Amino acid sequence: MSAAIEDTFGGTGRRSLALPVTGLWRNGLFAAGTWLLASAVTYGLPDVITWGATELFAIVTLAGAILFVALSLTVHRLGGVGRTLVHYGPWFIVLGLWLAVWEVLTAKLGWLPKPFFSPPQGLLHVYVTDWERLLICVAYTGRLWGLGFFSGILVGFAGGVALGWSKRFAYWGMPLLKLIGPVPASAWIPCTFFLFPTTFHASIFLVALASGIPVAILTAAGVGQVNRSFYDVARTLGASNRFLIFKVAIPASLRNVFVGVFMGLYYSFAVLVVAEMLGAKFGLGWYLQFNTAYSAYANVYAALIIMALICAGLVRLLFVVRDRLLGWQKGIL
Amino acid sequence: MALALAENVISNSIALDIEGVTHRYDLDGRDLQVIDNVSIVIEPGEFVALLGPSGCGKSTLLRLAAGLETPTTGRVLEDGRPITAPDPDRILVFQDATLFPWRTVRDNVAIGLEARGLIRELEYRIDEVLKLVKLEGFADVYPHQLSGGMAQRAALARALVNDPKLLLLDEPFGKLDSLTRLRMQNELLELWKSAGFTALLVTHDVEEALLLADRVIVLSDRPASIVAEVRVDRPHPRRRDDAGLVALRRELLEKLGISHDV
Repeated sequence: MSAAIEDTFGGTGRRSLALPVTGLWRNGLFAAGTWLLASAVTYGLPDVITWGATELFAIVTLAGAILFVALSLTVHRLGGVGRTLVHYGPWFIVLGLWLAVWEVLTAKLGWLPKPFFSPPQGLLHVYVTDWERLLICVAYTGRLWGLGFFSGILVGFAGGVALGWSKRFAYWGMPLLKLIGPVPASAWIPCTFFLFPTTFHASIFLVALASGIPVAILTAAGVGQVNRSFYDVARTLGASNRFLIFKVAIPASLRNVFVGVFMGLYYSFAVLVVAEMLGAKFGLGWYLQFNTAYSAYANVYAALIIMALICAGLVRLLFVVRDRLLGWQKGIL
Repeated sequence: MALALAENVISNSIALDIEGVTHRYDLDGRDLQVIDNVSIVIEPGEFVALLGPSGCGKSTLLRLAAGLETPTTGRVLEDGRPITAPDPDRILVFQDATLFPWRTVRDNVAIGLEARGLIRELEYRIDEVLKLVKLEGFADVYPHQLSGGMAQRAALARALVNDPKLLLLDEPFGKLDSLTRLRMQNELLELWKSAGFTALLVTHDVEEALLLADRVIVLSDRPASIVAEVRVDRPHPRRRDDAGLVALRRELLEKLGISHDV
């Protein structure tokens, strides 16, 4: 009796996490249900506002529902991937619900009107019709971001080490850094036009500045905080200044450096839109502005989602790099 | 020829002369005198303990001998030459092991060889000293995985791999539990006997000083000056309950201003 009660009350939530080896993934079935609901709502109810891609979106969500049904039977055979899927089960359920509600509020009832709000089918429509231009924009933005971010963190890191290491550098550099730090990127535009030969160079500079400054500040702080006795130990063991910088100061402050790089990554994405104001012909930032000007907000949202996904992917990648370089911290943190 | 031979024989240790050293620090514009006219002559291969209350300036004497600082007045000499900069011949071991947390035990021991560009020729020495301090099974472990005693052993290995001629020990066992401390004291003694370096040990532990050193120098409270000097003429291994040592212990405690019935 009591076992049965526990089963009915505590069982549902627990079973989704501790997956029985041969059982059914119950949350997968629920997810299939909510995705099917989204599909049915999209296909069954008439569009009050036309957005296009209605049938396609219904098909995509239906495919999602079928996939979840298939997964709910097979997920336990997928090993690590399966465990990750199971972990995010509740998210898949809510995602399906969210798509259905979003669809109803925008395209089906028109409570959230065009052009300010776009239903998911509107975003899908953008991806289907404008994918070529979006891909080119991703490539352009990738080039600008890559050049700006990596040159920025490189210069920021070198400058930060110098600021943290040398008193004279810190005397002249720190006040400048503190003055420059809070200036918004757009305020630099007039100078950059004068200083750089092309607008592309100016854009790179803006991205580099946004990513370099947090790296410089945190690296300087990290190098400054290194335990003095590490230097004493190394010096009595015959270390030169070069050894002290590269083998003591830098590894000891690497954790701070990574905090700076994470901040720089976020700032660099925030500044992309401004950087691509400067006469860019393509790029996600440019795409955002161009479509905002034409009130094509569905395109804006579609591009924003791409940017957010790329940024999240890069953050993930950076975590992998950090964990590899700071592997010795395992067990300390 | 005979002279050259004699030099070879004593080349694994050096003489340390501290001549009328006075040292002051400038603390936020306030003048702080930590050492007041201290003179000590240490023979090559001798084991000398500096005994005194905490914060009396003993550690500063070691920093001067290591060459990390230069005295305000007076001179510190190694084999008659003034000490002006750190040198791997004179190595300081701190109370905290101060191992680099991002390096494994082996890589920590390698620091001195790396810094001097000798890692290629002398890499085999790392395994030798790790065996010497009984850490051969922990070479690839990170410092945070070591116990306090093991970390201090690793710090000793990091010093010994450079074949120091003068080992400066700043309360090296001060933070270890008492059993580990006893064991480490014996190990240090063995290392000193086999390697033959000159040892200068700073401690506030009277028994530790008496068990290890040939000579115990008692320092006063800050600014440190020499209060007494006691020669310990007992063969090793020494027993704690040795009547002579017990008498010396009482004498030293009285010199430190503490009567023995405390």
